[in-house]
Amino acid sequence: MDNGFSFQRTYAVARKEFLHIIRDPATLFFALFIPVLELFMLGYAIDTNVRFISLVVLNQCRTEESKRMIRMFENSTSFRVTHEVLTDEEMNRLIVSGKARVGLKIPEDFSRQIEAGRSAQILVLVDASESTVGNVALNVSNALSLQESLRNVPNLQSLLIESRPRMLFNPDTRSANFFIPGLMVVMCQMMAIMLSANAIVREKEKGTLEQLFMTPVKASELIFGKLLPYLVLTFIEFAAILFFMWSIFQVPIHGHVITLLLFTLPFTCSFLGLGLYISTRVDTREAAGQMAMGTMMPSIFLSGYVFPLDSMPTFFWYVAQIFPTTWMIDVARGIILRGAGWSELWIHAVILWAMGLASFLLAAMKFRKRLS
Amino acid sequence: MPPLTIDARGVTIRFGAFTAVNDVSLTVAPGEVFGLLGPNGSGKTTLIRGLCGLVPLSAGSAVVLGHDVATESERVRSHIGYMSQKFSLYEDLTTRENMDFYSGIYGLTPRQAKEREEELIELTGIAPYIDQYAGRLSGGWKQRLALLCALLHRPRLIFLDEPTAGIDPVARRDLWNLLFRLSAEGISLVITTHYMDEAERCARVGYIYLSNLLAIGTPHELKQMPGVTPPGTRWLEIYDPDTAGLLQRLRARPGVQQATIFGQSIHALVEKDRTLAELGLEGAKAIDAEPSLEDVFVTISRAQTGKNAG
Repeated sequence: MDNGFSFQRTYAVARKEFLHIIRDPATLFFALFIPVLELFMLGYAIDTNVRFISLVVLNQCRTEESKRMIRMFENSTSFRVTHEVLTDEEMNRLIVSGKARVGLKIPEDFSRQIEAGRSAQILVLVDASESTVGNVALNVSNALSLQESLRNVPNLQSLLIESRPRMLFNPDTRSANFFIPGLMVVMCQMMAIMLSANAIVREKEKGTLEQLFMTPVKASELIFGKLLPYLVLTFIEFAAILFFMWSIFQVPIHGHVITLLLFTLPFTCSFLGLGLYISTRVDTREAAGQMAMGTMMPSIFLSGYVFPLDSMPTFFWYVAQIFPTTWMIDVARGIILRGAGWSELWIHAVILWAMGLASFLLAAMKFRKRLS
Repeated sequence: MPPLTIDARGVTIRFGAFTAVNDVSLTVAPGEVFGLLGPNGSGKTTLIRGLCGLVPLSAGSAVVLGHDVATESERVRSHIGYMSQKFSLYEDLTTRENMDFYSGIYGLTPRQAKEREEELIELTGIAPYIDQYAGRLSGGWKQRLALLCALLHRPRLIFLDEPTAGIDPVARRDLWNLLFRLSAEGISLVITTHYMDEAERCARVGYIYLSNLLAIGTPHELKQMPGVTPPGTRWLEIYDPDTAGLLQRLRARPGVQQATIFGQSIHALVEKDRTLAELGLEGAKAIDAEPSLEDVFVTISRAQTGKNAG
């Protein structure tokens, strides 16, 4: 009798697992369709650029200068005048009730102060309960005041310092370009972890694992055979999202697709391993699902998928580095948006391979221990 | 004498402080149908798992098909078949797909697999259900398919853990006929069951109670055990129109050690020197009888419980 690793047994397991996948359309649908749905939601509905903030105006001055100031706010496209009021109380009420985010009060002496060459004050009340909206409102109103001030400086030839920003890689600052590469990574992670956790737990639940233990099949053959179809499925999903991103959402891919796919392999392995580990700890698919979700959360919030890593406190920045997701999102954005290649990303490759192999091997060892 | 299929000596399996199997010695010969009986949780399944090398032995040794289970469990497992009490094949796969999967797992070449599968389809008569999902088969067919999958690699020993639990009597009889055919081919069978009629069909029976093997032998030998019919007592089979009423009265009588209903009759263990009149049985028809296997197991279980308590 052979005592080594048998490809035949591995193939038998993989074939059976493939049959399970096609016989369970609900899981297949969940695995393939939900990520695509999410892609369309993020691609079409979400825009992180703040525009048309509702503005309530209290103009006590009513001069040409004051009206000009209000027009500037409107023309910036960051604001939209939704209300004009006559008293401070009305303005406050609209902000408290959430009907307006920003209040602009131009006092009676606005024009007089300018004419007299003194500093004219305008009051900008910003509802900062939504921090991104608050920040944009603050920056834009500061910029507008500065611009208007400079216009009134007599004989101004040129600015001493002029900033000329160029937006690299995503010149239109489109949200889709930012979100979709990250989404691909997160979806890939979710699929890998859910499918692999379920694959073993399902056999535990149905009692079929017991029967397998009575056969000569080895833990390694069982693991490889089971995870291979899910690895393939995850790759198909990844490629599909990549294709939709490029074709429908017009996100240009500046780097090499092959490079990206090569990075996906160790990344997927690390989560197939985690799923496998979960499956050794729990006995029902519900528990496995909950545990998988539990591990998903931190790696979604801390990976830079939604919130930038740069503004994270140092402690959490270090925590973020232990998630393969953090590295993979950087890789995906690097290759797709910045056209990065091996010379820029080799350290990512080393880290992802190390994480992938470690996770996979640890899980396999743990699984093996459970077997005997 | 051909070599023994199973030669277990002093097998003990502990999980922490709990002893699941305590000092069990038994042998099974080629082609023998060996019945393993005992209440749920007594250690039958653990003993089987130990004999397959799935659970390490804490003490003792077991040689199965010439291989030591402690060191060569993988070899043991490639020569045995196992059929669990719960249907443990894939319900979302068809009969044929389940068969193909296990052929692959047991390392059969495609040609061997096809040949063997045809042979077993013929033997079990499962041909009409070959493309049905295993989950849609009736209980009896499910068990036959499970048996079929356990036979693909031509095992010389099959463990069957309550193979007939919950299937109808006709399917039960068909399954037993199949098992006897296998036994005739020289395959040894170790079967756990709760059915006494099935125990009677076994060539030899072992009874496990609270982790200990209390009795082992042919059903006839077990009925002759001195502990079952203590000196000065005898077993009676009593027929009376009012079975339930008589049982009540009988149990209250001095000289009656045990009494229980068996269909139309009462089985009672009574003191030998009591006359039927003394037992209040003058109107009833009472004949001397051999204890049933159930009488045997109940009696020795009680004796053991008494010993543990004392």
